[in-house]
Parts: sequence; structure tokens; C-alpha cells
Amino acid sequence: MRWNKVQLAFTYIVLAVWSAVVMFPIWTLIVNSLKPQKEIFKDPFGLPKTFTFDGYKAAWSDGRFDLYFTNTLIVTFISLILILLIGSMAAYALAKWESPVSSFLYVFFIAGLMIPIRLGTLDLVRLIKALNLQDTYWSLIPVYVAMGMPIATFVLTAFIKELPGEMFEAAKIDGASELQVYSRIVLPLMRPALATVAIFNMIKIWNDFWFPLVFIRAEEARTVALGVSLLFGQYRTDWTRALAVLSLAAVPMLLLYIVLAREFIKGLTAGAVKG
Amino acid sequence: MIRVQEIFNARNRKKITWVLFLLPAVTVYLVFMAGPLFDSLRLSLYQGEGYTPTKFVGLQNYVDLFTNPLWREKFFNAFINTCIFFAIHMLVQNTLGLLFANLLSAEFKGRNFFRTVIFAPATLSVLVTGFLWTLILNPNWGAVNKALIAMNLREWALPWLGRENLALPVISLTSVWQWVGMPTVMFLAGLMGISDELLEAARIDGASEWNIFWKIKFPLLKPVIGVVAILTFVDNFNAFDVIFAMAGAKGEPAYSTDLLATLFYRTGIAGEHPVGIPNMGMGATIATMTFFILMSGVLTWLYFSRRNVTE
Repeated sequence: MRWNKVQLAFTYIVLAVWSAVVMFPIWTLIVNSLKPQKEIFKDPFGLPKTFTFDGYKAAWSDGRFDLYFTNTLIVTFISLILILLIGSMAAYALAKWESPVSSFLYVFFIAGLMIPIRLGTLDLVRLIKALNLQDTYWSLIPVYVAMGMPIATFVLTAFIKELPGEMFEAAKIDGASELQVYSRIVLPLMRPALATVAIFNMIKIWNDFWFPLVFIRAEEARTVALGVSLLFGQYRTDWTRALAVLSLAAVPMLLLYIVLAREFIKGLTAGAVKG
Repeated sequence: MIRVQEIFNARNRKKITWVLFLLPAVTVYLVFMAGPLFDSLRLSLYQGEGYTPTKFVGLQNYVDLFTNPLWREKFFNAFINTCIFFAIHMLVQNTLGLLFANLLSAEFKGRNFFRTVIFAPATLSVLVTGFLWTLILNPNWGAVNKALIAMNLREWALPWLGRENLALPVISLTSVWQWVGMPTVMFLAGLMGISDELLEAARIDGASEWNIFWKIKFPLLKPVIGVVAILTFVDNFNAFDVIFAMAGAKGEPAYSTDLLATLFYRTGIAGEHPVGIPNMGMGATIATMTFFILMSGVLTWLYFSRRNVTE
């Protein structure tokens, strides 16, 4: 379908105006993080006339961002591997095991899509303390894995159910065990669905602020989001540094988004694909 | 007899295999999500300081929440603010999303570019978005006010986050800025599912684009609208980061942006000024009330969406 001339003009105007609204803050963020304070006040919108990396340098040394990035990467990576592994195993059973147990468990997992895990935070705090994990980034991993289960089982079970059943039957007649069917047939076929689940959870975990805020104080265990919030508080009047800190947190995800826009959009809206 | 035994064993073995497949996921989900959720409900029946409130008090926390004027005022203030926060998303974010999706549903140059741009903020951390907008809306330097003054609109250059009646709508709109890409993409997927012939036939019959939207597209989009509405509801009744970043944990100014989640955080986790000792029992009570509000919303939605399907 195509718009006629008038409709097309309207479309371009509306979308261009909103795009400007979207890009203006991101533009201000990045260009001003490279200017000295004085120039930010004088000319907040233009490209920097005197380039400075002082903000980034200060953030990097004051905030140990190398450490925060490493921590966040470790947490995100391990959580994602576990979500994909145990989520896909569960999804295979939920899709192929015909029994009241599996139907019940399916509903039980899906209910988690509608109920935020944050409401259980008080008990999680006690649990993390009991496990002696407070103030370490390891405390985040089991929580993120649990948080990822509803979307993983939802997307992956639907995907496996749509695979042709004959394939599984044939393999089983040839004497393959369920574990072999899962690892040699289902997993490789599931790659696109696994990518969707991975991206959905990656964005959620990378950007999560709530659980680091509640579980972690120690510098060694901080994630990027927690580091940003603490440094931003310190830098409130030093705009170059404040903007540099925010850029450090925002730019990696934005770059990844520009490269993988299609997958990101699919991933983030995965919860609503089937309704 | 032996054969029967063998079949029985084979079937049992199969069952055990499936259970093993499910076991890790069920364990993690039970221990770190479902368990804590339900145990938080139980915790709301206890009082006491520190991490292990031990005194069982029945429904006393709920009685306090609704009758003690101090708690009642806080709770209803947060509840109403959360409703406003949700309503602004529902109206502004989802209407804009519907508009953008409809515009994007045709083929034209730059369509993918616009879709990518509209969705981009959704990949940023809510915290970063909140901090960024705090700087942009800052009354002294704030790029927004600079731009307004440059356009000779000095009287419009307000302290956006400093006024009680202004802060909550402004923060809500910041959040709309971030999340409008979600309904846009979902509505777009719904619109792409409507057959082109149907729309062409209506156009040939001389129907205006306005009428086509309301008479054909909108009714067919109803299931998607339902999903978008329930996701907007769940996400926003649970919002915390954006308020924390732009108005602090206390929902400044003067609690005018305090939401259920920030009240929950202050009560159950951070502890209120000046003592700073968390009241876990009351925190759990606020969490439980949020849980019931969410459940009643979700169940209402399920009821209506089921009824629409069977009709």
C-alpha cells in the first residue's frame, strides 16, 4: 500500500518531528559530553569547538568503569547462557510432554509474564543474605535467570510446537533418546527463537537498576547502572562529567542497536507476539 | 507379565526424563520468583524490625495502611499518582503509537529509518533516560528552556521538575518518549496482518482514510490493543527507575511524584528518614496491595479478551 501525496507529506512531517524529538536529547548528550563546561552553557546544541575527553577520563578513574563493565558483562553473559539452556530444556518438555503436569507448569510459568518479580524483593533480600551472596554480583544471576523463565518458556514452547512432529518421531524410531533429540535436532532449529529470547533478556539485564540497588553496595560488585547512579549524584554540577557518565552507559547499547535493529525490535516485543 | 512390566518401566523412564528436563527451570523459578512472591504475601502479616519480622499480627498492617492517617495518606497519594502515571501512558503513548504505526504501515522511502529511530530509546536504560532528561529540563542550563527562550517563549521556560502539579506529567511524558516504540511496533505488526484487498476495496468504494481507520483497521486491531493495554498497565504500575532518577526515592517535589514502587522502596528497603530502618512488614503489605491491584487488572483483561474470542 502507498499513501497519496497529501498523506505522504503528512506522514513525513509527523515522523520527522518525532524523530527530531527522539534524536535531540541523544545528540545533546553525546556532543556536550565532549565539551568543556563553559562551552556547554554557551552553545549547548552545536558540535564541540574544543574537544575534551576530561569527562570520560574522570568518570573512568573516579568510577572504575572498567570494573563495572566487566561485572555487568559477566552477570549478563552467565544469566543469558543459563536462561537459554534451562529455558529451552523446559520448553521442550512443555511442548512435547502431554500430561496435566506440563499443562499446569506452562500456565505457572506464563503467569510470571504478568507479575513483576520486584514484588518479591523483600523476601529475595533475605534469601540472598541467607545464601551469603549479598554485596556480590553473583546475587543477581539466579534472580535474573528466574526472571527470564516466563518469556523463555513462552517464546520457545510456542516455537517448538510449530516444528513438524515427524522429525522427532523419525529420530526416535532410529533410537535417539530425548536428550539426543533435544541437543541434536531441537536446539539447532531453535536458533532464531533463542536469539529473540537472548536479546529480550540481554536488554532487561544490562539495564536493570533495581536489583543492584537493593543487593549491592560494595564498589567491587557494582554494575554499570549502579555506578552511573552513584557517579551522577556526585557530578550533578559538573556537566561534562555527568554527560560523559551517561554516554558511557548509553552508547554501547545504542551502537549494538544500530547494528542489530531488526533483532532488537523483535526481541523486545517478544512478550506480545502471540498475545 | 514380564512384558507388561517392561512397558510400565519404559513409560516411567520417559516420565522421569521429562521431569529432569523441567527440573532446573522449575527449581530456579520456584526458589527465586514464585516462592519469594508468595512469601512476601506472608510477610505482610508480621511486624518487627530488621530483616526478620517475627511478631505475627494478622491483618494489622492492612488495618494500619487503611486507617492510620499517616499511612493512608501516603498510600493513596502513591496509588493515585500511579494511576495518573499509567493513564498518561495509556492515552499519550498508545495513541501516538497507533498514529505512528498507521503512518508506517504504508510503503515509502525512509520507513525503516523512522521505525528504527522511534524504537531506539527503548534500548536505553531507564535510569540513563531519566538522568538525561533531568539535565535537559534543568531550569538553569536545560536545553529545553534555552530553546524556548531562543524562540521568544520565555514565559514557557518553567522549572519543569520543580512544580508539584507539573513534575508527574513531565516525568510521565519522558517515559512515553522512551517507550512509544513498543506499541508502535506491536500495532504495526497488527496492521500488517490486515489484508490489502480489504483496504483497497474500501478505497475503491470511496471511503476516506479516516473512515477506513476507524471502521476497518481499529476494530480488527482490538486484540492487539488489548495486549498493549495490559502490558502498559503491568509495566507502569511497577515503574520505579524513572522516578528515582528524576525525582529521587521520595518522589520530589513534596511526594507529588511518589509511586507505589517508590513508596515500597522507601518503606520496605531503604527505610524512611530519619531512622533509616526498613519496615519490612509494611513494605510487604504495600507489595501485596500492588500485587492485588495488578491481579485484578489482569483478570479483568483476561475475562474480557476471552469473552471477545467466544463471541
